[in-house]
Amino acid sequence: MTYRTEIVKQVVIFFAGDSGDGIQLAGTQFTNTAALLGNNVSTFPNFPAEIRAPQGTLAGVSGFQLHFGSVEIHTPGDAADVLVVMNAAALKANLQQLKEGGVIIANSDGFDAKKLKLAKYPNGVNPLKDDSLSKYRLYEIDVTKLTRTCLEGSGLGTKDSDRPKNMFVLGYIYWMYNRKLDATIEFIKEQFKKSSTLIDANIKVLNAGYNYGDTTETSMNRYEVKAAEVSPGTYRNIIGNQATALGLIAASSKADLTLFYASYPITPASDILHELSKHKNFGVKTFQAEDEIAAITSAIGASFGGSLGVTASSGPGIALKGEAIGLALMLELPLVIVNVQRGGPSTGLPTKTEQADLLQALYGRNGESPVVVIAASTPSDCFYTVYEACRIAVEHMTPVFFLSDGYIANGAEPWKFPLENELKKIEARFAENKLAVGEKFLPYKRNEKLVREWAIPGTKGLEHRVGGLEKENETGNISYDPDNHEFMVKMREAKIQKIADYIPEQKFDQGKEKGKLLVIGWGSTYGSIKTAVQESIGEGLEVSHIHIKYLNPLPKNIGSIIKNFEKVLIPEMNNGQLIKVLRDKFLVDAIGHNKIKGMPFTAAEIKNKIVEVLQ
Amino acid sequence: MEIDTTTKLTAKDFITDQDVRWCPGCGDYSILKQVQTVMPELGLKREEIVFISGIGCSSRFPYYMETYGMHSIHGRATAVASGLKATRSDLSVWIVTGDGDSLSIGGNHLIHLLRRNFDVNILLFNNEIYGLTKGQYSPTSPTGKVAKSTPMGSIDHPFNPLALCLGAGATFVARSMDRDPIHLREILKRANEHKGTSLLEIYQNCNVFNDGAFEVFTEKSSKKEEALFVEQNKPLLFGENNSKGIKLDGLKPIIVNMNEGNISASDLWIHDEKDATKANMLSRFFDDVKKENHLPRAFGIFYSEDRYCYEDALQQQINDAISAKGKGDLNDLLKGKNTWVVNNLKK
Repeated sequence: MTYRTEIVKQVVIFFAGDSGDGIQLAGTQFTNTAALLGNNVSTFPNFPAEIRAPQGTLAGVSGFQLHFGSVEIHTPGDAADVLVVMNAAALKANLQQLKEGGVIIANSDGFDAKKLKLAKYPNGVNPLKDDSLSKYRLYEIDVTKLTRTCLEGSGLGTKDSDRPKNMFVLGYIYWMYNRKLDATIEFIKEQFKKSSTLIDANIKVLNAGYNYGDTTETSMNRYEVKAAEVSPGTYRNIIGNQATALGLIAASSKADLTLFYASYPITPASDILHELSKHKNFGVKTFQAEDEIAAITSAIGASFGGSLGVTASSGPGIALKGEAIGLALMLELPLVIVNVQRGGPSTGLPTKTEQADLLQALYGRNGESPVVVIAASTPSDCFYTVYEACRIAVEHMTPVFFLSDGYIANGAEPWKFPLENELKKIEARFAENKLAVGEKFLPYKRNEKLVREWAIPGTKGLEHRVGGLEKENETGNISYDPDNHEFMVKMREAKIQKIADYIPEQKFDQGKEKGKLLVIGWGSTYGSIKTAVQESIGEGLEVSHIHIKYLNPLPKNIGSIIKNFEKVLIPEMNNGQLIKVLRDKFLVDAIGHNKIKGMPFTAAEIKNKIVEVLQ
Repeated sequence: MEIDTTTKLTAKDFITDQDVRWCPGCGDYSILKQVQTVMPELGLKREEIVFISGIGCSSRFPYYMETYGMHSIHGRATAVASGLKATRSDLSVWIVTGDGDSLSIGGNHLIHLLRRNFDVNILLFNNEIYGLTKGQYSPTSPTGKVAKSTPMGSIDHPFNPLALCLGAGATFVARSMDRDPIHLREILKRANEHKGTSLLEIYQNCNVFNDGAFEVFTEKSSKKEEALFVEQNKPLLFGENNSKGIKLDGLKPIIVNMNEGNISASDLWIHDEKDATKANMLSRFFDDVKKENHLPRAFGIFYSEDRYCYEDALQQQINDAISAKGKGDLNDLLKGKNTWVVNNLKK
């Protein structure tokens, strides 16, 4: 049979099904295969907070959005070209994501009377059977039946025979997009290495899905998405949390410090702990603490002893760590605090994304308690940013917040990974005993960076005591002296602001250095803002984009950049936080653009705002 | 050749230049003195020793020890010490904490430290009161305690600290008191020798807010009748001239009069630190002293068990991973398993 093969530049596929349907796995596999073929990719997994919400219900729908193409790609896409739905609830929950004229691939078995009722369709209504989907191209496949048939005689029970349904769908999509099955076959062999029956079953079903496309008389076109023109080099696929883990290992290795990573399980940060615990051969010490407070205080203990202490959590856990962050900044010890932000407040939206913990990171402690805050903008940027967090923590003896969020933590993109020798060296120095006879060690004496020495236990002659009580300048002895307290408060602030001398000046991501509109972003809004600004500039609008990584201290030139623009627009996935900081520091009458829906901005949402502001 | 200076250290070498600021007459002075006295005998270098505390009167302790030290935050000394020991198994780590610090706000970290069995020493100063905040009842105050926050008497049932610690899987549990320096020094040494977490509860008198809380155990007039000093392989004897003993009647401990008829020392409960069942029973010698026929309060080492330490197992897994996979190569890690190459051929 011959098919017309259409060449397309970019495609958005949305996989949706029950949270037990293996949707995330199918999506990840397609992502890896697309990336291996040289496409640009960006993904966005979107899953319910419940591990196994009731089957077939709207609450239980798990989604995976994948954007791949031969062109530049910075977001998972605003709307889907293809929607794969395993049941009625998945269709109902995600149909609004599909472009008009888009393709629906529906598992018809997921649309029986029971499943339709669970999805809350009115009695007697089946969207596959009425013409409600006439705006789209609908392909029904009885995936369940075909999978079962394929596995007859395999020795698997009905339940096990149903499991590889995701492989059938994946095989079919591979056929649609002219992809090879090799990478997924390798994955299956590794994943099920304990059971050859399961290996055979999964590969068989995957092939069956592919062949189904080849042999059935569907009027489906095939598509080809050519490799992207990207900067030459060797690439890999990377997920944000994985990049964070690798960045921590790289930093500890370049600083020649033991990495001590302590955390308490919390969505969406736990994957960092999982990843790090796989790499014990790097000397990484992971510690699953009894609670959030133990996680951070044990990391402080490790830093006191001369290790790189790191703790991670999400908003609720960070709230619990507040007092200990204050301790770390009084002790002036290196500490990296990772916050993979999620929807708040309180327990909020554990599996949804938000960037509403910026003010918490900047100000969420008792007393005058300045710490460094930096934020990653894309999945692979998590690597460089957490590496930088470690560098600043160690070289400036301070707690550093590294902000990520659920969107980039779980999202993936291709990464032209660095070589070890391309990474900036991290200078970790322990104090040596150079005291003259009778001279006392001064643990809070500072160098030209206003940084004290890291004198670790085991160093003869430098025995000293530190603590959370206010300390006398230089000696570190307890002091209640009023003038000393004011001096120390200002000194700790000055020390953090001094770091601005050791970070790069703010660069423009796009646009001219002077003009009508400056869009300022931070964190994971990068891709949407970049795409929106790119399109706007393409249409002749006078707009520029800076994306701030260093949120405290800010790069020294931010104020002068802002002055060169008539208007400033700050899109944030919160109710307006960076905007408060910039208004406070620069008295700028910036315009906020806020989305607080647990979902990232689409590029269109930002572009529309740009157009509106410029009108 | 390196000159070994450790043998020359004396108690004075462990005194800092800071003024000790506990109330005059506080039991903490005695404990500080005993710790400073014992330190030179432990064969440790000063720079290898770290004292970590939380918040409370007792938690000022590190400022007075000429070693490394950290006065951390309320309840967290145990967790700080866990991270330190996990990464620096070479150090001798001592935690100084009180009944509020370790059993109330820091209760969680205490039990988890005990089950993990890091090789650290915990000195739990129990004075059954909040001293630093000026006199509220604590989790070890007896029911009915009239304090600042309980004018009608406390309605909290108190913790039995040693029973709690044994329940949490502690491998070394002991009790001593501020007013018996010889006993305290002996137990401090034994705590240091134990490989694993040593939990030493020290009855400490707060002469300002809870004076005399333990006087029946510490004062000469009643000590012999009320305090039972247990020693390994020795029968449980107490009272004037060891006139009383503890005998097991099935699972029930009973007090017997040694001067009466046919009881001999060999009939008595023989103390065995390795016996978990007996240690648990001993920890339950926790009667109100006003109760008639109450059992005496035990002092000494209740329990001592050899069990692997967390930090050693953590290092072992690293060694095993290196043996199995080789020492980690950063370039391989960054590269991952699947890569693709983009050539500059297109243009």
